[in-house]
Amino acid sequence: MTAFADLSVSPAGSRVSEPRPYDVERIRADFPILHQQVHGHPLVYLDNAATAQKPRQVIEAITRFYERDNANIHRGVHALSQRATEEYEHARKTAQEFLGAEDCREIIFVRSTTEAINLVAQTYGRQNLKPGDEVLITAMEHHSDIVPWQMICEEKQAKLRVAPINEAGELCLDEYERLLTGRTKLVAVAHLSNALGTINPIQQMIAMAHAKKIPVMVDGAQAAPRLPVNVRELNCDFYAFSGHKIYGPTGIGVLYGKLALLEAMPPYQGGGDMISSVAFERTVYNKVPHKFEAGTPDISGPIGLEAALDYVSRLGIENIERHETQLLEYATHRISRLPGIKLIGTAKNKAGVLSFVMEGVHPHDIGTILDQEGIAIRTGHHCAQPVMERYGIPATARASFGLYNTKEEIDVLASGIKKVQEVFG
Amino acid sequence: MADLRDLYQEVILEHSKVPRNYRGMAEADHKAEGFNPLCGDRFTVYLHMDGGRIHDISFQGSGCAISKASASMMTQTLKGKTRDEADELFRRFHDLVTGQGNPPETEMGKLAVFSGVSEFPARVKCATLAWHTLQAALEGQQDAVSTE
Repeated sequence: MTAFADLSVSPAGSRVSEPRPYDVERIRADFPILHQQVHGHPLVYLDNAATAQKPRQVIEAITRFYERDNANIHRGVHALSQRATEEYEHARKTAQEFLGAEDCREIIFVRSTTEAINLVAQTYGRQNLKPGDEVLITAMEHHSDIVPWQMICEEKQAKLRVAPINEAGELCLDEYERLLTGRTKLVAVAHLSNALGTINPIQQMIAMAHAKKIPVMVDGAQAAPRLPVNVRELNCDFYAFSGHKIYGPTGIGVLYGKLALLEAMPPYQGGGDMISSVAFERTVYNKVPHKFEAGTPDISGPIGLEAALDYVSRLGIENIERHETQLLEYATHRISRLPGIKLIGTAKNKAGVLSFVMEGVHPHDIGTILDQEGIAIRTGHHCAQPVMERYGIPATARASFGLYNTKEEIDVLASGIKKVQEVFG
Repeated sequence: MADLRDLYQEVILEHSKVPRNYRGMAEADHKAEGFNPLCGDRFTVYLHMDGGRIHDISFQGSGCAISKASASMMTQTLKGKTRDEADELFRRFHDLVTGQGNPPETEMGKLAVFSGVSEFPARVKCATLAWHTLQAALEGQQDAVSTE
């Protein structure tokens, strides 16, 4: 491995030690699940875009919380409740720093990226969309960045517009700019496409939208684990990501929103914690972010997520990006040369994801045969049916990389694909 | 350990490459669309009934080797069968691919090649998609059936 990372644990602000090589074996030792046999072969986990595995640090943080600190938050005067509240709020601070947000009140804990998008659609969307208005998305969005907008558009008699992509899977930026009109009330776009691996030029897209005073929500589910993200530099209005794709637990996600926007938005759900005072005549809502966190939240989730963000930050997101780029380049080189293989998604700017089809073999069959070799990939439409439609295919096979994958695993994948070709002769 | 050759038997591979009765049907009096939202497999099954008997049956669509071969062999098996016989065959086929009971091979005829599917639980829906679609067609359902 040629990438370099500083793996030493050093308190924030202290001098970092000499960089040492990106030691993938040492990293793998942190992930207990990777060390197992599947169908008699060592597990090769290449389904990271679906969900990533968890390092021991994350699993231990959750265990420690339940063994030592578990209590409800924001309500008890007792020691455990205070500890739990502090840890929960500390996780918010860590998420804020991870995204480069200005204020920790701009961080809302949600279940997932999907819930974050639904939250914005049902609050910001409901408040601001009027009949004839438009929401602009792109042709490479995940279902979770299509359906919530369809639902609110239908309710408000607004229109969902879709910016097209080219054959390589890149956004047609001219078309996108043309679709930004006086009717557009919001843009929603994936930072990194889960089905194609395309990195969208979101900074430019945001600037184009802002030039027409249109706010932008970024779906960062695939980008947050693989690319540096700074919401202040991007100047996005909303940014969402999921814990489980960034080596944290399932059931927890983050919505970033600019403070002024969040403050002007109505609450999402009603319940405890999101109120300041309740009377049968009138309820006064709590301040952000609590206004958007009704009921007892997932408390261990943010704590596990914080451990994951710390883990990723300690390795350095730039080092992870470099490592995965090398893997993607190597895999592209190895896999695209195999007979009968066609890559789906060949954008110049790509990360993390290699989607492909094989002549005469359905992706589902590829998946089953690779599974017998211990290789986990995703097959199907990747919750992006319009993308499949665009390419005239029902499904693809998708290998997606994580910070612990190796070139040797890609060699195993290549051998597995040859095996598929043997079976189907 | 399950053997891939049990799943991808020659007959199955052959039917997936050259599916039988793979065509639309202008004179169909029953048809239905079946869909597996997990993998995107999608088939339409067409029927031309003659009283209670299947006079002609065909299918079209896209899917994996297992789902396509299953649809192909289903159409071969069911031509000339009554509706009750088709229901009974589906029940036995379902038992076969889910590994429940052990329908004697003689009763299953050519469909016995699908016994390997029971070792691959994730693929049971592929093997049964065409059969679920057939049932929907016979029952005259308007909406696409889904395996989920």
